[in-house]
Amino acid sequence: MKKIKILTIGRNAEIAAVLLRLINSNQAWEGMLALNDEEAKKLFAENSIDLVLLGSGIEEESERILRKFFTTLKPGIIILQHFGGGSGLLKNEINEALAG
Amino acid sequence: MSQKVLHKANTRKHISHGWLDSYHTFSFGDYYDKERMNFGVLRVLNDDTVAGGKGFGKHPHDNMEIISIPLEGDLEHQDSMGNDAIIQQGDIQVMSAGTGIFHSEQNKNPDKTVKFLQIWLFPDKKNVQPRYDQFTLKLDDRKNKLQQILSPNPDEEGVWIHQQAWFSIGNFDRGINVNYTIKKKGNGVYAFVLKGNVTINGQALEKRDGLGIWDVEELKITSESDSEILLMDVPMQIQ
Repeated sequence: MKKIKILTIGRNAEIAAVLLRLINSNQAWEGMLALNDEEAKKLFAENSIDLVLLGSGIEEESERILRKFFTTLKPGIIILQHFGGGSGLLKNEINEALAG
Repeated sequence: MSQKVLHKANTRKHISHGWLDSYHTFSFGDYYDKERMNFGVLRVLNDDTVAGGKGFGKHPHDNMEIISIPLEGDLEHQDSMGNDAIIQQGDIQVMSAGTGIFHSEQNKNPDKTVKFLQIWLFPDKKNVQPRYDQFTLKLDDRKNKLQQILSPNPDEEGVWIHQQAWFSIGNFDRGINVNYTIKKKGNGVYAFVLKGNVTINGQALEKRDGLGIWDVEELKITSESDSEILLMDVPMQIQ
């Protein structure tokens, strides 16, 4: 079964690492992590990402540029703002987004 | 026209992890029900019981306003900002997780359970500086009236958060009637019955029932028995 590829972007390295661990604990998902914009763009361009998860600390201007980059490269890409920073809502958020 | 959603106590998701017994009003963790996602910006309402000496180990949060209301026992809080405190019945605790915070919540007593409400609201702005606060309320100030315990304003009663939300608690004798005016246009109220039986705008409610009401300006509350209720006045639109 093809795994859902999820790119997590966040500025708080510790929390982003927790999110990555939680994502990879789901057998149907494969997580990738970027702590800065250039890394995020590179990972997105080089992988067939299904969902982008925006974590905390991303500046408004960065978010605007990243959203434009992702949607230009892959129109219809799911871009999701994560809230809560952990296991509480993560699975709900991703499942709901994937369900459309 | 007034709209409402009723969540009977026994429709909440029951989770038991041994050390933690919880009833989730809304989807949380592994529990997912697309009909039970939120009430406006109110996203989590967990009714938690933690066994003696146990608790939630160090874990992170971001971009969420997290409110804890102890109902019984002593809950010890520690966080990455250096706060170390105990909250108990009559206190209210708030964390604005913002750009990120790690914390733990432990039952201070090895031989008694602790019961508390864990409430999460979406913030009205992202990436705020994390903050922690707690406040001790006078229990007498909620006897047969509503006591405000939370607001968006540091100058108002109770704790404050990054959201246009107001919480109130009332402890009522049987037969008492009170009215509550919604604080802000566009807000609704989620009423949660902590104890006893009440009627709100004609809807009968029992212990741990939840009632969300919106597109209305005022609630008419009647205490049908000795009762205690929590009102959460929250924006219906997520910013």
